[in-house]
Amino acid sequence: MDLKEKLVSSFMAFENYVDVEHPIHDIRTEAIKNFEAKGFPSKKEEAWKYTSLNSILKTDFSIFPKEENALEYHQVKKYFLHEIDTYKIVFIDGIYSSYLSETTHDGVDICLMSSALTKPMYKQVIDVYFNKAASREESLTTLNTAFSREGAYIYIPKNKAPKKPVEIIHFATGNEASLMLQPRNLIIVEENAELQVIERHQSLTHNPVLTNCVTEIFAAQSAIVDYYKVQNDSEDATLIDNTYIAQKDKSSVNVHTFSFGGKLTRNNLNFYQHGEHIESTLKGVTILGEKQHVDHHTLVHHTQPNCESHQDYKGIFGERSTGVFNGKIIVDKIAQKTNAFQQNNNVLISDQATINTKPQLEIFADDVKCSHGCTIGQLDEDALFYLQSRGIPRKEATALLMYAFANNVLESVRLPELKKRINKLIANKLGVRLGFDL
Amino acid sequence: MLTIKDLHAGVEDKEILKGINLEVKPGEVHAIMGPNGSGKSTLASVIAGKEDFEITKGSINFEGEDLEEVSPEERAHKGIFLSFQYPVEIPGVSVTNFMKTAINESRKARGMDDMPANEMLKLIREKSELLDIDRKFLSRSLNEGFSGGEKKRNEIFQMAMLEPKLAILDETDSGLDIDALRIVANGVNKLKSKDNAVIVITHYQRLLEYIIPDFVHVIHDGKIVKSGTKELALELEDKGYDWLKKETVA
Repeated sequence: MDLKEKLVSSFMAFENYVDVEHPIHDIRTEAIKNFEAKGFPSKKEEAWKYTSLNSILKTDFSIFPKEENALEYHQVKKYFLHEIDTYKIVFIDGIYSSYLSETTHDGVDICLMSSALTKPMYKQVIDVYFNKAASREESLTTLNTAFSREGAYIYIPKNKAPKKPVEIIHFATGNEASLMLQPRNLIIVEENAELQVIERHQSLTHNPVLTNCVTEIFAAQSAIVDYYKVQNDSEDATLIDNTYIAQKDKSSVNVHTFSFGGKLTRNNLNFYQHGEHIESTLKGVTILGEKQHVDHHTLVHHTQPNCESHQDYKGIFGERSTGVFNGKIIVDKIAQKTNAFQQNNNVLISDQATINTKPQLEIFADDVKCSHGCTIGQLDEDALFYLQSRGIPRKEATALLMYAFANNVLESVRLPELKKRINKLIANKLGVRLGFDL
Repeated sequence: MLTIKDLHAGVEDKEILKGINLEVKPGEVHAIMGPNGSGKSTLASVIAGKEDFEITKGSINFEGEDLEEVSPEERAHKGIFLSFQYPVEIPGVSVTNFMKTAINESRKARGMDDMPANEMLKLIREKSELLDIDRKFLSRSLNEGFSGGEKKRNEIFQMAMLEPKLAILDETDSGLDIDALRIVANGVNKLKSKDNAVIVITHYQRLLEYIIPDFVHVIHDGKIVKSGTKELALELEDKGYDWLKKETVA
């Protein structure tokens, strides 16, 4: 039985775990039908031309983990931003770990999707927001919707800001020979409220993990959301990350994606602007080696006038790694005075590394500023010689140039401890010690 | 200190240096002059170890060691410094961070620990004052958006920080106005001692009014065609390079 058949037939078993009378279940049922009709995306589809799931889908993934697995904090401390105090929503093999988590209901709700989907007090919010931004067509998103049961639920009421950032971390223990996870996150930031989130998926062994994650973020008027995705998973982990962001007037949502790890990572990052004077920022640093593959597919849909979007993705590709950047910007006819910027710069440090980069602009308004640029290059030999001639060894000089290259993406990270952490991850990834932080 | 013997070097099939001989001793200042395209900058790059150039014949010896297999960074650790004609812009790395990295890497190569932060700050302050460099300048990205004069002054600041045994100044005077030239020359003179040496590469005699050379060499078509004392520079200024070209042919 292939994975698609296994998933479709598991849906009935899944129904034993959830309340089939709940209105949400109609959404799930509709979603599994869509997935059954479409199946997993193949390379024949334009959006998946450069990313193949074929070899991964041959793995016989467990869909429901058998038992609750425990982890001690000291085993996984390094994956947390432990230098500062944070709220934590932690899952082990897809199951919530109250022991490692720190949730709150003190003025804001930072808790679990499973509660939000079952408890009457959340019903009103769920009815308004659940699956309202996520695609009902895209097959992997509908697959997640069909099995949506657990994940993070965050609700920040008007004028509120949580005291500390929120970390959402999924651990895979390797207790299953291979495991498929489908977390579902819902984040609502009401008018003039603020939120900072760090999301991470971490496999602790070399057993294959396939994560198909969906996150919906709703930013109301003047809300500010900073979302950081730290993708530094083990080399046998596959992540398909589907993020849907709906923004209203004057809101500002900034998503940073740091992709250093994993076997295959696909980021589908979608912004929908439903209002005026909205700012959307999408930034990414990708550093890959071995046979790693990362595919960034971004979409920014400008539907109203006077909005901005900024995209800046930097990629460094070594060994036989491959990268994809596909940045789509749609500016509707009514969306005059849109400022949409997109930049994708890549450095190939090996002859066998590959990058496919493609801007895709669909502009129907006539009074807009849209710019895009993509570059693919090698490291500047003159710059390397300059650094070497000052006594900096070639390896460190290379790293320094990489740092310089990635620098302006890190500049906008507003959590200093996270910035430091990313600095270290970059240094580790490049295999050097640097005498300073940027 | 530096002994260059019958040095031939070039890129691919093109030979640029065609048998250079040069001996530099501690405490000396040598000027290398010559028209454009004569091989001056190539000589500087080859001494500093730029791998684009292949040495086909001859040798470079620094303090008794043949440099052929020595990487550019190791040459820097041994005390060779090249002030670039066109310093490279490195956005995102401040002058201070760059100097910290450079100094600590050199220390590491000599088996020393990192320089303590307060000592580093003191050194930076001292050397930036020597070259009349504004503190704000030091937190800017290396060479990014610097004027021609600022870049050259920054090169000499780096030289002051690294205290090399042999400094090669490649066209450090180009792009400098007279005030900047004085500051740079003054900086170089203050760093001079009986233990270190300087090679000044220049097209014009102007810089040599401030940095007085012990020897002047004229390079033409990849060879040193005439050597002399500082008077040779004046003579060149007077008669032009054509005079020497003719003399060589004759």
